[in-house]
Amino acid sequence: MKIRNYWNLRDWGASVWESANRPKRVAIALTSIILVALLPFAGASFLATPIAAYDAVLVYPVGIFVLMALGLNIVVGKSGMLDLGYVAFFAIGAYTMAIMGTTTGLNTWEIMPFGIAFAMIAGVILGLPTLRLRGDYLAIVTLGFGEIVRLVVLNSSWSKGPNGIANIPMPPDIGPLKFKLDDQKVFFWVVVIMILLTIWMIRRLSVRRPGRAWEAIRQDEDAAELMGIATLKYKIWSFTLGAAVGGAAGVLYGSKNLFIAPEMFTLNVSILILACVVFGGIGNIWGVIVGATILGYLPDRIRFISDARLLVFGIVLVVVMNFRPDGLLPRKKREKAIVKKGANA
Amino acid sequence: MRLEIKDLHVHYGKIEAIKGISVVVDEGEIVTLIGANGAGKTTTLKTVSGLRKVTSGSIIFNGQDITNVPAHERVDLGISQAPEGRGIFPGMTVLENLEMGKFHRKNRKAEMSDDLDKVYTLFPRLKERASQAGGTLSGGEQQMLAIGRALMSRPKVLLLDEPSMGLAPQMIANIFRIITEINKTGVTILLVEQNAQQALQRAHRAYILETGNVVKEAKASELLNDPAVREAYLGTGAHS
Ligand SMILES: Nc1ncnc2c1ncn2[C@@H]1O[C@H](COP(=O)(O)OP(=O)(O)OP(=O)(O)O)[C@@H](O)[C@H]1O
Ligand SMILES: [Mg+2]
Repeated sequence: MKIRNYWNLRDWGASVWESANRPKRVAIALTSIILVALLPFAGASFLATPIAAYDAVLVYPVGIFVLMALGLNIVVGKSGMLDLGYVAFFAIGAYTMAIMGTTTGLNTWEIMPFGIAFAMIAGVILGLPTLRLRGDYLAIVTLGFGEIVRLVVLNSSWSKGPNGIANIPMPPDIGPLKFKLDDQKVFFWVVVIMILLTIWMIRRLSVRRPGRAWEAIRQDEDAAELMGIATLKYKIWSFTLGAAVGGAAGVLYGSKNLFIAPEMFTLNVSILILACVVFGGIGNIWGVIVGATILGYLPDRIRFISDARLLVFGIVLVVVMNFRPDGLLPRKKREKAIVKKGANA
Repeated sequence: MRLEIKDLHVHYGKIEAIKGISVVVDEGEIVTLIGANGAGKTTTLKTVSGLRKVTSGSIIFNGQDITNVPAHERVDLGISQAPEGRGIFPGMTVLENLEMGKFHRKNRKAEMSDDLDKVYTLFPRLKERASQAGGTLSGGEQQMLAIGRALMSRPKVLLLDEPSMGLAPQMIANIFRIITEINKTGVTILLVEQNAQQALQRAHRAYILETGNVVKEAKASELLNDPAVREAYLGTGAHS
């Protein structure tokens, strides 16, 4: 495939990937993973963030944002449902970690499945009645759900209300790798592994039946139903998988932050993660990753201009969205067609 | 096989769009519903395919009451709809659209190439355009795709909602010829049309709908010669 212009990084990447054979692809993937894993060592370079510790910024916001944006993209990008309450699942994961971590003596990895499960259960409970709704209605209901979860933890005694929960345990060491607050490399590597698992899951599902069903639902829900697709079931699956990723991110966040409080789980978080998805390129996982990385990193990189920081952040958003309305790396208008031609010839 | 709509009532909010109609389609027939804009033709088809819930009344298919069966399960039973305004997947290629038509089939892998061939024989144009995005097809091509895609699920009964809408005269004749051809392969057809002239020529029986009621039911050939029907629905037909 020809590269039409320098800005078309997506097609350039796709053409490199498609022309590569298997060993080459493994090499590309491994090199990229290693380069990403080495990022925490680049703290002395131009990447350094003033004021906030660079390695901490890589974990949160950057890493966690990427993870959450990937999860939200399953819902918004893949099956086309506007979810404005995604923070709820993040909060459920974080509170699971906080409460179980401070009361049961289980460690982060043992609590992780619970956090994911609770988020998924919440996803099903919310999804069953609401996913029959479409478009604006769904957006409003999910927005409400996000606020409800925040208000419940704000006003309950088991969640310690507005005081939040402190003394959440850190993850146990993995062999020689120790989790530390003043050096968060190991946290970062754990986030990277979770991101890789999420990418792997999404890619597998995308080329299989769920992915095709989601794509059909996104393009025309009635037509999808007429194809014999159980649209409600697939929408709930999409919603629940998104919730699972959000829950996992929440567990890790709780265990890294050691303290959580309701004010960390406001509507702003849902909006910001949605902005990551849209800014990067809704529906395209590489775009979403780039978008979340930039939107997570930029505010901390330019922290030295303090008050003007949010203004600059806003200007960047507006300018980029003006020039690239479909995001930095938009999804292909015709995803898969090129690959499929060969497969069916 | 027999499709039976019994005393159907359908509401949109408080407005009653279908006010108690009964329609029967027997195996092997082409039955057409004709009527003015807003008469309730599309609504009727949607309740048969399951996209709309009924207020009261029932839909019997093959002796089974399917009134409360969800739409996607009706496809398994053999009901397939090419929706009004085509409803193709604009971002998928022609081939992918056709493949979607088989999404629910258990042995879709084994059937795929045979059924693609059948659709391509009916609509050679679709074969030429196999790798083109559905959304970039012309109106007529999209109509072919919608019908072809509906056939991929090997329906017993095919529901067609205004297949001639927006087509050039030549193309209209062509689509109706193909509908007859599909019917001859053993597929029962329930056809909704504005183009009463063509529909009545092709159909065995017809129902005339007016604001949610069936006002007439007869053999298509009879209606074609009925002065009142000619006056109301074939007014423009006389010129062609
Ligand atoms: N989604 C909807 N909400 C509210 N009213 C609707 C809806 N869809 C259809 N109606 C109303 O129901 C009635 C029947 O509509 P329907 O689409 O079945 O007519 P039709 O016979 O298919 O017309 P046409 O020939 O124009 O396609 C109309 O009065 C229409 O306004
Ligand atoms: Mg209609």
